[in-house]
Amino acid sequence: MSIDNVFLEIVSPGAYASIQDAGRRGLRRQGVPWAGVLDRRLMRLANALAGQAEDAPVIECVDGGLRVAARGGAVRVAVAGHAVVEHLSGGTWRAVASWRSLTLAPDEQLRLRGMAAGRLAVLAVEGLALAPVLGSTATYARAGLGGIDGRALSPAVLLPARAARAGPEHLLPEPPARDDAPIRAVPGPQAGHFTTEAQALLTESVYRVTAAADRMGVRLEGPALAHVGAREITSDATVPGSIQVPGNGQPIVLLVDAQTAGGYPKIGTVVSADLARVADTRPGESLRFAWVSAAQGEATARAAETLTRALLARIRAVWPGGVDEDALYRSNLVSGVVDARQPEPPDT
Amino acid sequence: MQIDTAIDGAAQAPGPPPRPRLLDAGDAAFTIEFGDVVDPGLVARVQALEAAIERSRHGGGLEGLIETMPTFRSLTVFYDPVVTSRDTLVQALEPLFDNAAPQARADARRWELPACYEPAMAPDLLETAQALGLAPDAIVEHHSRTTFTVYMLGFMPGFPFMGDLPPALYRPRRTEPRVRVPAGSVSIALGLTAIYPWESPGGWHLIARCPVRLFDPSRPRPALLAPGDRVRFRPVAVAEFQRLEQAARGGELDPGQWQIVTSADYPHG
Repeated sequence: MSIDNVFLEIVSPGAYASIQDAGRRGLRRQGVPWAGVLDRRLMRLANALAGQAEDAPVIECVDGGLRVAARGGAVRVAVAGHAVVEHLSGGTWRAVASWRSLTLAPDEQLRLRGMAAGRLAVLAVEGLALAPVLGSTATYARAGLGGIDGRALSPAVLLPARAARAGPEHLLPEPPARDDAPIRAVPGPQAGHFTTEAQALLTESVYRVTAAADRMGVRLEGPALAHVGAREITSDATVPGSIQVPGNGQPIVLLVDAQTAGGYPKIGTVVSADLARVADTRPGESLRFAWVSAAQGEATARAAETLTRALLARIRAVWPGGVDEDALYRSNLVSGVVDARQPEPPDT
Repeated sequence: MQIDTAIDGAAQAPGPPPRPRLLDAGDAAFTIEFGDVVDPGLVARVQALEAAIERSRHGGGLEGLIETMPTFRSLTVFYDPVVTSRDTLVQALEPLFDNAAPQARADARRWELPACYEPAMAPDLLETAQALGLAPDAIVEHHSRTTFTVYMLGFMPGFPFMGDLPPALYRPRRTEPRVRVPAGSVSIALGLTAIYPWESPGGWHLIARCPVRLFDPSRPRPALLAPGDRVRFRPVAVAEFQRLEQAARGGELDPGQWQIVTSADYPHG
């Protein structure tokens, strides 16, 4: 319940939107996956932009389409991700930049009209606070945990917010560029269940993301990876990033909602720093992999954390009409998607 | 490519059990593998190591260790590579590999769970009976007269993998997994039996339905069962199943009533 009766209404959740945070820990032994945001960097940046704690609950939006409205007061929101964002004010939709905060006046709306690239965007809401379930507000729909009633967001849901505090908006001047480098993975735990050719094939080939890609995992399509001997093992633990290979030889990268144990051999594990890029890849787009050692993998995690902290440190206040906004449009807009200066036709 | 690094190279031989192997599981986890089969002896070693790690954590050690996940045959350690490193954790955990003597869990509980084996609740009973050359009643008898041990929880919240099935009931998984297995389905596959806490896809054979809630986030420990627990099934008629299921849905069913409490459960008085 909002203390001052200010809410953010979900007008439309778009393709798929859910409340997430950093996820729940300590319950894998009871069969409960972590859940949580697919891209923690986006959560931390969006929350910082909106004046929230870095791991406060956010709306994670897959494939765009999310549309929200301020109800009962002004609400400050911030989007992180390569989204095409528009603001409805005075009956007119206007393009606004991603990677910044914005205050919606009562009954104004914001929408993620689409994604300029990738699938994932995160919307943070100033004052959004929800009761944790088993230590987290993350939605895990399969068991009805967290979020709003344990489910993905649906139209007319009201999220308790707070009247926007006075003060400047914030922006991230140079948002992180898209990284198309190969996805790094550590061989194992069952690399020995595959032929040497299969281990080489995974990094020498291109794998396409299929339509079977959600918060549990991403099924890939490419040259089949041949097993040595049994195609099933006595179940052992999976981790976010496990690359399991069922009998058909087509790899599946497990994500944050995946089952905690499984009986398919796992040829490798995507490093945590690159897992969000797997989740962000659209069906039909392709991925490449590169093997690294576990120690090199740990180094990528530390480097990613250093980069996230550098990005957080760059966030600064922006004043209306300042040169910052122009610079932001120039650096953020993907040409041809939407012209920032031309208002969209009024919403119908 | 050398992937799996044994901690020592000793071949399996009679005498003390071989030391576990360390398997890579990315940059934020590794797996300590005791074996590759379903075997109560391995389960006991996994549980002993997990208990030893828990004691060490309560003593304030093992910074950066997030959690552990026990399975039939291995323990996976999850850690934060920004806070600690695999080398640091392995060094701290290695002494526990030997000192963690397998022992029965002191807090293991005994359960008798109601299960309805009647055709409406057992879509695969007849087919399983035919495949195994048994009468349906014989399947029910074998299954309900066996005391199972919970080996691990996984697949979904509260899902218990239990063994061992009487050899007469061994079957491979279905060749075509079901898209929708009803919640509460009691199933068998290979040498194991399990209960699906939620509706989900599944490849096991469904031979009964259990009305008890296996996972409830409002309980102090949400999963009803824990590794080491002993479970028997008590056949109930459809009417009784429906009454229990309705009560469970209304939150009126205290699952504690299915726990068998005997003096043997209180060895310390």
